[in-house]
Amino acid sequence: MSLEVAVAAAMFAGVIAYAVLGGADFGSGFFDLTAGDSRRGAELRTLVDHSIGPVWEANHVWLIYVLVIWWTGFPESFAAAMSTLVLPLLLALLGIVLRGASFAFRKYSATLGQARMFGVIFAVSSIITPFFLGTVAGAIASGRVPADGAGDRWSSWLNPTAVVGGVIAVGTCAFLAGIFLVADAHRSRLTRLTEDLRTRALAVGLATGAVVFAAVVPILKDAPVLGDGLTGRAAPLVVLSAVAGVATMVLLWRRRYSAARWPAVVAVAAVVSGWGVGQYPWLLVGEVTISEAAGAPATLQGLLVAVGLAVVLVLPPLAYLLRLTQSEAWANH
Amino acid sequence: MLTPELVLDAVVQAAPSATEPAGLLPARQQMALSLGWHIVLACFGVAFPAMIFVMHLRGIRRQDANALTLAQRWAKVSAVLFAIGAVSGTVLSFEMGVLWPGLMGTYGDVLGLPFAFEGLAFFLEAIFLGIYLYGWGRMPPGRHVLMVLPMALTGIVGAYCVVAVNAWMNVPTGFRIAGGEVTDVQPWAVLFNQHAFLQFAHMWVGAYMVAGFSVAGVYAVGMLRGRRDSHHRLGFMVPFVFASVAAVTQPFVGHVLGAGLDERQPAKLAAFELAETTENPSPLRLGGVLVDGEVVGAIDIPVLGSLIAMNSPDEPVPGLDTIPEEDRPPVNITHLAFQTMVGIGTLLAAGVAWFWMQRRRGHDLLRKKWFLRAAAAAGPLAVIALEAGWVATEVGRQPWVVYGVMRTPEAVGDYTSALWWLLGISTVIYTAMTVGAVVVLRSMARRWRGGETDLPSPYAPEAQEASR
Repeated sequence: MSLEVAVAAAMFAGVIAYAVLGGADFGSGFFDLTAGDSRRGAELRTLVDHSIGPVWEANHVWLIYVLVIWWTGFPESFAAAMSTLVLPLLLALLGIVLRGASFAFRKYSATLGQARMFGVIFAVSSIITPFFLGTVAGAIASGRVPADGAGDRWSSWLNPTAVVGGVIAVGTCAFLAGIFLVADAHRSRLTRLTEDLRTRALAVGLATGAVVFAAVVPILKDAPVLGDGLTGRAAPLVVLSAVAGVATMVLLWRRRYSAARWPAVVAVAAVVSGWGVGQYPWLLVGEVTISEAAGAPATLQGLLVAVGLAVVLVLPPLAYLLRLTQSEAWANH
Repeated sequence: MLTPELVLDAVVQAAPSATEPAGLLPARQQMALSLGWHIVLACFGVAFPAMIFVMHLRGIRRQDANALTLAQRWAKVSAVLFAIGAVSGTVLSFEMGVLWPGLMGTYGDVLGLPFAFEGLAFFLEAIFLGIYLYGWGRMPPGRHVLMVLPMALTGIVGAYCVVAVNAWMNVPTGFRIAGGEVTDVQPWAVLFNQHAFLQFAHMWVGAYMVAGFSVAGVYAVGMLRGRRDSHHRLGFMVPFVFASVAAVTQPFVGHVLGAGLDERQPAKLAAFELAETTENPSPLRLGGVLVDGEVVGAIDIPVLGSLIAMNSPDEPVPGLDTIPEEDRPPVNITHLAFQTMVGIGTLLAAGVAWFWMQRRRGHDLLRKKWFLRAAAAAGPLAVIALEAGWVATEVGRQPWVVYGVMRTPEAVGDYTSALWWLLGISTVIYTAMTVGAVVVLRSMARRWRGGETDLPSPYAPEAQEASR
């Protein structure tokens, strides 16, 4: 593997981690929004706080990790994507800001009125943020970002592939969140909530699965490079995702909540990897390949050092944190 | 925060020259707003964990219930501050690309590595924050308190990395330009550039001043309102000790940082000192503005300018007239912001020195209302000094984004004046976030005073009653 491909792989590992860990956080906004009025929804909203409170900041850092590796490792393509896709990026950013702030504010609100206001902002922005980030992915994958950054600021992301990307992002987030929330509720012995969430997670899972596989049609037409990749090189990943998705549904149906988390993660990671493998070796599809986009070799080496340090220093405490939050003792506190 | 300097900046330059890209001024103001807002929270990210650690450790070691309560409350406050700090930091990483594609496209691989390490540090800080915050009552106390230490360390590393990039913008290094192309990139030379350490020291000490004085100020207000118990005294003293050490150190750090500025960035020094012409020896020029090339309204103290800026009684500060017109920064903003910073810094250093001297003599100034009022004002003053310092160094570097190498107009994205809308929307959002944070933090304090400890989530009327 060449130096630049190694850095691109490290960057894409961040994309996958963000899609899985950040995705589960974002998706909880969907369940929060649809939890019903304050009386009915209180239990679920408290569970959402409990589940994502300790981890959301750490999960959020994956996005910064991806941005930093991108601008350091592949600076010109970063500037090009940022220039062309300024609108969806700013809208996603708006969502990130509102979401993070209102999540923190809601948790410490003094009154129901305040909690309700911050809660609505949190939940709505949790849905719009993955949508716009998904359109950014779709825009890049369908070759709408020219190397000089002078792409159309509207049609680059208002097109079939980009919109499908946005919908898939929202769907996969809700899918993951459903699985994790139902497992959390089960661990906390909230029987009624568990049953309720199970039904909704099954519905969300079926809908998301349908969208993901229906999306192949517009993608084949609108984004031929990605389409070829998905049906060719990345086909095993697509199959893996389908199998894992079905397995998740079966486990959920059979109330094996704890076990269902693993195939759910695999399903989403496989879909996202399918996109990456599908558009390889392009960084900006049809415009710039990974090796063409690479910055100075000394910087790429430095980045790999940083990534190596991250593996050694960040992953163990991150695993510790995730293990703590997924443990029995934590749930029963 | 919208400091007066930033507003002034906007007003003074509202009429951009014909050659300037339409997006330049709104982009600069946008960056000033989001950086100026984030830097306050960043100070808490850097300095608050150390204070929490000391407080928490005291609570465990001395079985001090007050200290434990304070540490736990501070941890909850830091959860709110770090959350909005995380998002306002994300804003910056987006804006680097969206607003300044010329800078990032050309120099991304030169300046990027420190950001990678900053990301790493912030990652660790976020993880340990999660473990610490949610670990209350779920972990053995001895292990729990140690979870703060990585936060304190990573806050320092992260701040160093970010400041290293800014230092590089002031004193670029680690690359060559051959035939218009950036070559021979040495990212490690950027991470460990010569200027970074001093600039970091200045910022680091400043962070302790901002966080220390702000937190101490909260308890000073409490004491002013008659809550003179041991809880308030302890809540005041721990951050005030941190702030005191920082405040008396800062003038020296700042002075050392400024040494050699006449060679690094003569235009910035001339603007700091409002030196229109080269005078020998140079006076220290307090206040004043430059109007049509004439200094108006300044108080000159002879010789002191040479002594402070040049460490010499007879070496002059090189005047603005030695600098080509197109390379001069906006002089008045730079000068006034610089002197605001120095003035407040000097005042705070003198104030804490007075407090500790009186204390040695057995006079407790905490009994004096005037002192408590001054202590309450010290937090906002430290914030103003911090903002003024950044305005001084950033505006003073103009018209360069990378000093001597890339001008700011070359860095900005291709935008029309519609970019002002973004600034308008951002101003509304940042104002709303500020209000939200203040409302929530004040209501937390009110409920704590009322005897609540857990602050349960009020998501439904009965949930509010049912939980402890």
